[in-house]
Amino acid sequence: MNLKKFIGYRLIYSIFVLLGLSILIFTIARVVPGDPVRLALGARASQEVVESVRAQMYLDQPIVLQYLYWVRDIFQGNFGISLFTRRNVLIDIQQFLPATMELALVSGVIMAVFGILLGTLAAQKKNSLMDNLVRLVAYVGVVTPSFVLAIFFVLIFGYVFNIMPTAGRLSSYIQAPPWITGMITVDSLLTGNFAAFFNALRHLLLPAISLAMAGLSQQARITRSTMSDNLQKDYIQAHRTYGIPRRRIMSKYLLKPSLIPTVSILGLDFAALLANAFLVELIFNWPGFSRYGINAILRKDLNAIIAVVMVMGIIFVTVNIIVDIVVAYLDPRIRMGRERS
Amino acid sequence: MTEPLLEINELKVNYQVFGGDLKVLNGLNLEIYPGEKIGLVGETGCGKTTTMKSILGILHPAARIKGGEILYRGRDLLKLKEKEMNDLRRQHMSAIFQNPTAALNPVFTIGQQLEDAIRYSFSREERLPKKEIKARAVEVLNDVALPDPERLLKNYPVQLSGGMKQRICIALALVTASDLLVADEPGTNLDVTIQDQILRLLINLVEERKTATIYITHTLGVVRQFMDRVFVMYAGNTVEVAPTKTLFDNPVHPYTKGLLQAVPKLTGVEFSQGIPGRVPEYQRPPAGCRFHPRCPDSTAFCQQEKPGFVEVEPGHQVACFTGGDS
Ligand SMILES: Nc1ncnc2c1ncn2[C@@H]1O[C@H](COP(=O)(O)OP(=O)(O)O)[C@@H](O)[C@H]1O
Ligand SMILES: [Mg+2]
Repeated sequence: MNLKKFIGYRLIYSIFVLLGLSILIFTIARVVPGDPVRLALGARASQEVVESVRAQMYLDQPIVLQYLYWVRDIFQGNFGISLFTRRNVLIDIQQFLPATMELALVSGVIMAVFGILLGTLAAQKKNSLMDNLVRLVAYVGVVTPSFVLAIFFVLIFGYVFNIMPTAGRLSSYIQAPPWITGMITVDSLLTGNFAAFFNALRHLLLPAISLAMAGLSQQARITRSTMSDNLQKDYIQAHRTYGIPRRRIMSKYLLKPSLIPTVSILGLDFAALLANAFLVELIFNWPGFSRYGINAILRKDLNAIIAVVMVMGIIFVTVNIIVDIVVAYLDPRIRMGRERS
Repeated sequence: MTEPLLEINELKVNYQVFGGDLKVLNGLNLEIYPGEKIGLVGETGCGKTTTMKSILGILHPAARIKGGEILYRGRDLLKLKEKEMNDLRRQHMSAIFQNPTAALNPVFTIGQQLEDAIRYSFSREERLPKKEIKARAVEVLNDVALPDPERLLKNYPVQLSGGMKQRICIALALVTASDLLVADEPGTNLDVTIQDQILRLLINLVEERKTATIYITHTLGVVRQFMDRVFVMYAGNTVEVAPTKTLFDNPVHPYTKGLLQAVPKLTGVEFSQGIPGRVPEYQRPPAGCRFHPRCPDSTAFCQQEKPGFVEVEPGHQVACFTGGDS
């Protein structure tokens, strides 16, 4: 019905969220002690040079003015220069982001698809073998941090059995596809380079699964419990009295209302996944964005920090808008703007 | 005399809960003949909904059938496979649930739910084309006197009033209930005038279709006007059955007498004046006649033995040792 209005409202809301985030991170980055310019230029740089770089970055101005300059520059597409790579941070982001996006997207898909699938299977029959198995896996998944899983995978599949690649995005003997989106799987498909595609996919698998497990487990648990609750609802019993076959009730009339809580928390799970990506990227030697971000923080690389956080923020907001749209599609009560009954 | 359409004999149903079994249905007896309309009356908590769900084979997984049989045209429903039971629900029997809001799937349109029910009410070979299903859906919404059916089909339950939802539930049930309909307190949550309209509508429809109907209610007054016979139920047993007029003129069971004296409260939730006390707790229900703790006429014998139905006059049976002597 009012889906357009709904999306419009969410977009405006998101702009405010991002604005708030930018002010917050801008302030935090600047009030943390330590002189970023001195840190970047080293102890030997002369005071004049340091001062001139500071002036160049408006660091000698009051913080409110600094922020306004920053906003002005952004509207000209200038996110500032990284103090370390000495490049426009936008270029750095373009270089590092695709690897992380590829990992996060594959991981997110694994999380949602298998989480919902396992939860649905478990809910079919309470306390069945399948149910107990899923609950066990989900329990282990929730309590095991992704980096522990990652190390475990590297040991098992890399060292003990040596059947899966555990470092980098592509084997050195494979010819890399040309840079189009920066996501190797996508670029290799676009250029019909299937050898590279499957090789990249194999590289993706272990890091993506270690990242996905926590969210996957939570999705499975929530799907399972919502489904077995809803299974007892009058409307499901009513569908049975109309003589609708059980399979159809399960896959249609039970699944759709049961997906609402699961999908609602997908956004949060995806955010957690992005946050966990740093350690996993480190373990799998994945040349991604998270490592760039952490390095920026350690070096107090102001423009890079802010750009990284803002990009994360935009991804997060976008994912949440998509989640909201899917939830609104699933639940007419939200679309109609009424209270849930 | 014709054979009963449905005959429940000594049905026992427990619910397994933490800390023991709730022994709810305790040897329930009931029968209904083709095209007949019977009332099933009893206080809240006496097992009416459990009876409805037993008939339709949709009991909660915690429920355990501990004995008895439910014969439908001579076949024991309790022995049927899920597929065979579903075939009966597809065409021959259906139910109306107590709360129309809970009984409609909130995330599908009325059209999606109704058209699917119509679609599956035919066997695979006879299934109707989409267009005819839609036409049939419009037709049944007309039957339950809903305006603008075309638009209604596109609506979600949340967009409709309680009365409209109740009518839609009736439409849904009638589509798949050619022989038997169990109506579980339809309209209880609605205001009295709408409740009355809906009752009249329902009665008209089932009479027109000659659908045998078990009308469940906790208000005796409702059944007086329209039902052929009335079963009075107490704590998991039917305790008295008689043609409606007989039951009102010559009630025999002390519980029935109590019900008749009771003034239904305006909230319509429980009778209280006629009979002091309340439905027993089912984990350790009273031995013998379950009504004895509340019964003005109970004797020591009532605490030991469970009374069975005894005919006091043709068509009038009572499960009470006093047998109408008091
Ligand atoms: N799923 C269930 N689990 C446990 N107890 C139940 C369940 N359903 C009903 N009961 C119990 O069975 C008794 C009868 O309930 P019900 O059949 O709904 O009565 P009525 O419809 O006459 O109000 C009540 O005491 C109720 O608490
Ligand atoms: Mg009930």
